[in-house]
Amino acid sequence: MFGELIRQKSFGVSVAIFIMLLLAPSFLPRFYIYLMAVIFVTALLAMSLNLCVGHGMLFQFHHGVFYGVGAYTAGLLLVKTSLPWWIALIAGPLAAAFAGLLIGMFCIRLNRLYFGMLQISLGSLIWAIAFRWYDLTGGDDGIHGIPVPDFIASTTGSYFFVLIVTVICLLLMFLILKSPFGSTLQAIRDNPERCAAVGINVRHHQLITIVIATFFGGVAGILFVVVEGSIFPDLLFWTLSLEIFIMCLLGGWFTFAGPILGAAIIVSLRTFVGTYTEYWTLILGVILILLIFFLPEGIMGTNYRQLFRSRVKYNGEYQTE
Amino acid sequence: MEGGAGITLAALSSTFLVGLSRAMILFIVTSGLSFVLGVLRVPNVAHGSLYMIGAFAAYSISTLFGGGSLGFWLALIFAPLVVALISLIAERTLFCHLYQREHLMLLLFTFALMLILGDLTKIVWGADYRSIMPPPVLQGSVSVFGSPFPKYNLFLLIIGPLVAVGLWLFSTKTKIGKIARAAAVDMEMVGAIGINVSWVFAFAFVLGCLLAGLGGALVSPTISVTIGMDHNIIIEAFLIVTIGGLGNMWGALIGSLIFGITQSFGVLLWPQFAIIFPYLAVVIILTLKPTGMLKAVW
Repeated sequence: MFGELIRQKSFGVSVAIFIMLLLAPSFLPRFYIYLMAVIFVTALLAMSLNLCVGHGMLFQFHHGVFYGVGAYTAGLLLVKTSLPWWIALIAGPLAAAFAGLLIGMFCIRLNRLYFGMLQISLGSLIWAIAFRWYDLTGGDDGIHGIPVPDFIASTTGSYFFVLIVTVICLLLMFLILKSPFGSTLQAIRDNPERCAAVGINVRHHQLITIVIATFFGGVAGILFVVVEGSIFPDLLFWTLSLEIFIMCLLGGWFTFAGPILGAAIIVSLRTFVGTYTEYWTLILGVILILLIFFLPEGIMGTNYRQLFRSRVKYNGEYQTE
Repeated sequence: MEGGAGITLAALSSTFLVGLSRAMILFIVTSGLSFVLGVLRVPNVAHGSLYMIGAFAAYSISTLFGGGSLGFWLALIFAPLVVALISLIAERTLFCHLYQREHLMLLLFTFALMLILGDLTKIVWGADYRSIMPPPVLQGSVSVFGSPFPKYNLFLLIIGPLVAVGLWLFSTKTKIGKIARAAAVDMEMVGAIGINVSWVFAFAFVLGCLLAGLGGALVSPTISVTIGMDHNIIIEAFLIVTIGGLGNMWGALIGSLIFGITQSFGVLLWPQFAIIFPYLAVVIILTLKPTGMLKAVW
């Protein structure tokens, strides 16, 4: 099962990066540790979205909702109940996966754009509830200062927790994608008609993908609670969802690790550019336009040799149909 | 009239009319979105931003002319044109180079446009709340079933059907309207008989954005104009287009009516969760009929 993993060309590099990250808190200042934890959370979120978008060709336009549902479930359980913390952290992803199943069952009957639009609608319903239900969710203020257990309350503690959970989730995603299920999924992406013709239940596979992706989205949600200690309705808002979409695209949505790179770039840019100017979304928009025009397959997905050598204008056609 | 007897006939009728006038604004904005969606097959995420710019432009134009009656009418004419100009520039410089690409790229481009326009609006007009007065003719209210109803909303109830009829006449009686409808059904065929498809797309995009600007200009006297109004309207417009049937103008009208009226009755019944009612209506409709109530054009 793990043989596939070790045979990967980038396996050594990945292990080296992981060890570096484990050692990072001993020499990096606190702020960078916090920033890296945020990057891991966002990277996990982007990776979970990419299961749907890059590997399944499902236009999951409102993935942020599941992130928010995970965060809200964990946060509310921690604040409003006296249940042990680990129940809250397990309930978050499960609630997100349940929401994913529910919304997915509605959306899966539709194709492409309709799928995305319906998902935005249903997600906005959840956002509206979180936004308006002041008594439970604190409305647009959200809830701050959520009590997390001591060992993950400090910056370093939460860093290690987030790092380890993220790495476990990434391993799981990798194994899922390399499994027969993952291969089937990518076959569906490349030619749904043929897959249906050879007897694969396309909708069924896509629904399972959505549930898996939303589960990992929920994991990212609980990690957000651990890092930030707060929840607010912007987590469920659709602009965040599209921002995650950009991360997948920026890193390379037909590659495995692309979304991690995309998340790292966007989060760092937002943090550093945000200190100079309040017009961060303007810059994000410009980045997106540049990306669409020049690197439509993302930083890791582009074949640079072909791009620079042949001098032929790269037209960004995909071989998906 | 307290407690359970609070919902009277007067309240019901005025709620209905408020919902109806809200639906007219929604229809004007949504019909533009639907038109773009029908011809270009791209949900224009920047549509809400153009609506917001329409409202801000209406504010600036009407203040420029002293905020009186003249200013208002000029704003109503020129604010949509400003928006149309912005969309024409965006379309001709950037968007038109993407038509050969995957649809997702077009969608993401409109999202990028939304991000950029949102911040540009903030740079130009700032984050303050603005409001403009309707002209003296439309100020005050009239009595409908014994409850006061703003004259301006009555004005909206007249404008909405006018736009609907105008759009219908345009798309069925004029040549360019027919070409646009044909392009919505089979774009390759339209190109094959020698029509410049790129300009048809440009035209459809600009007309759609013009309607967004008109909606923004019309709504500006009824709400406070501010940053962030783009995010709300675009979601509502998406939902309306989805339940109506993608690209179908009459679907947009029916969807807007459902949305506006459920929203205003929601305010009457359960103010805190009024926002939920239209969404619930959407969920119910899409459960029963996943592709919207009327036939989508594609």
